[in-house]
Amino acid sequence: MNEVVRDAFEQALDTRRIKGRSLYVDAWHRLLKNRAAVAALIILGVMIMLVIVGPMLSQWDHEIPDWDNYSTPPSLETGHVFGTDALGRDLFARTMIGGRISLLVGLVATLVSLVIGISYGAVAGYFGGRVDNLMMRSVDAIYAMPFMFFVILLMVIFGRNIFLIFVAIGAINWLDMARIVRGQTLSLKNKDFVEAARACGATEFQIIRRHIVPNLLGVVVVYVTLTIPQVILVESFLSFLGLGVQEPLTSWGALVNEGAQELETAPWSLLFPAGFLAATLFAFNFLGDGLRDALDPKDRL
Amino acid sequence: MLNFSLKRLASAVPTLFLLITFAFFLIRIAPGGPFDSERALPPEIEANLAAKYHLDEPLLFQYGRYLWQIVRLDFGPSFHYLDWTVNDLIAQGAPVSFTLGALALILALLIGIPIGAWAAFRQNRPADYSVMSIAMIGISVPNFVMAPLLILLFAIILGWLPAGGWEFTPSRMVLPVVTLALPMIAYIARITRGSMIEVLHSSFIRTARAKGMPEKDVLIHHALKPALLPVISYLGPAAAAILTGSVVVERIFTIPGIGSYFVQGALNRDYTLVMGVVILYGILIILFNFLVDLLYAWLDPRIRYDDAEIGP
Repeated sequence: MNEVVRDAFEQALDTRRIKGRSLYVDAWHRLLKNRAAVAALIILGVMIMLVIVGPMLSQWDHEIPDWDNYSTPPSLETGHVFGTDALGRDLFARTMIGGRISLLVGLVATLVSLVIGISYGAVAGYFGGRVDNLMMRSVDAIYAMPFMFFVILLMVIFGRNIFLIFVAIGAINWLDMARIVRGQTLSLKNKDFVEAARACGATEFQIIRRHIVPNLLGVVVVYVTLTIPQVILVESFLSFLGLGVQEPLTSWGALVNEGAQELETAPWSLLFPAGFLAATLFAFNFLGDGLRDALDPKDRL
Repeated sequence: MLNFSLKRLASAVPTLFLLITFAFFLIRIAPGGPFDSERALPPEIEANLAAKYHLDEPLLFQYGRYLWQIVRLDFGPSFHYLDWTVNDLIAQGAPVSFTLGALALILALLIGIPIGAWAAFRQNRPADYSVMSIAMIGISVPNFVMAPLLILLFAIILGWLPAGGWEFTPSRMVLPVVTLALPMIAYIARITRGSMIEVLHSSFIRTARAKGMPEKDVLIHHALKPALLPVISYLGPAAAAILTGSVVVERIFTIPGIGSYFVQGALNRDYTLVMGVVILYGILIILFNFLVDLLYAWLDPRIRYDDAEIGP
């Protein structure tokens, strides 16, 4: 008798064992159906591979000039597939090395803004009331400042230190993140599972860490993919003004700057780095758009 | 409304104060001073210069003096362009930058809104996809890439337009204005498309169609106004984008606007010039955000900024 009951019970359990699809698996499938987003993913994958192994593929070094070729157009014979710049340095190697810096800045500075933005927004949204009011008013006040100018000032003042670039750019980009996270937290904190956690005796910070932050991930992922291109853009903007990374290091923005100055005589030195920069930004933006569509079932039309 | 306006203007004061304080001390931390040069000056002359510009006083003294100057709208003498006051420099550069920015903004609105609305009308059809892909390119290509490319094409290869320099003539203004406007056109088109699609799905549009209104009238009389609200709120960030964009554009096209003053000023440690430009930009951004709020309330009567009702 007991066994019969157990069998029936197990059968009942079995039917429940049909695999449920989590929100993220679901979103992933939706993302894969979005052709533009998949193309963006592939482009980004190729781009990352290229900047990692690219410099090894070139027979020329990114720093050492080729004394026989100054400002030569792209050619397979010399091995300068993207041509050389005015100092005879191989543009392919430089573009790849520049890409490393640009992508690295994009990732690290985004991470900085992410950490600041999430903690700030989650705390403001979770505690609400006067704390929230004070924190968000100060965000509003900071928002009204011409940030780019502060970054320019910082770069001019403290020299062109790459770590400063990370921090400076990250520090200006967290505001949006804080706002978005705060809004989400406000709606999350009244959910039943938060109530349940509190009833179990979890402390406020445990709740924020275990229940609020993980639930913010969807929004955050979308926002991160949209922040990375912004950050890359800011870095290249600074490098373009001559305030970003310094020789012998380079970045796409710095290369575009050099290329723009030799525009008439050596257009390729502008076109290649500019193309890589634009393609990367393009791919990140498309991916972000695709992710937003995939993670926000509301807009599924 | 008046109440709201006064409150907003009052809240701008601490923001500006914060801005001034931050910028003032930031630039003073910078190593090097405005009168450093390759050739070391005799100490007496250096002392005289410092005394003339009050650089020999304690920093807090200078700060207080500067604040008092600002209250009287006097930005002080430039430290680099001797015989020039910052007020003069800004009076000379600002009209150039403002003309550029205003033209770019108008151009962006005139092109971006119709394109976005059109794409929304053709949602998920080839026209929509192609317009939105082109818009994405507009967003992804930074203006410092776009500007050299435009110069390469229109000034060097085709030779139609001058590559740089500035006069108040159309041929000199076309390229800088277009460079500034392109990313904004793309943003505005995307925003318009998104909000237009949402509006076209709403019930009052269905009602308008149901009562037999011609599609054109539905679009113009009913859909356009609510669809423009997100575009209006983009104008605040857009103003900031124009200001930053102008730094690059002015540099590439060698335009004597305040954006190029700023970078030059920061490199020269021209304290007062940098402060003047930062303050001007801060005021502009605050002002623009305020105007956007007012415009918002005017376009959407449901939004009231009075105390009696709950604001947005």
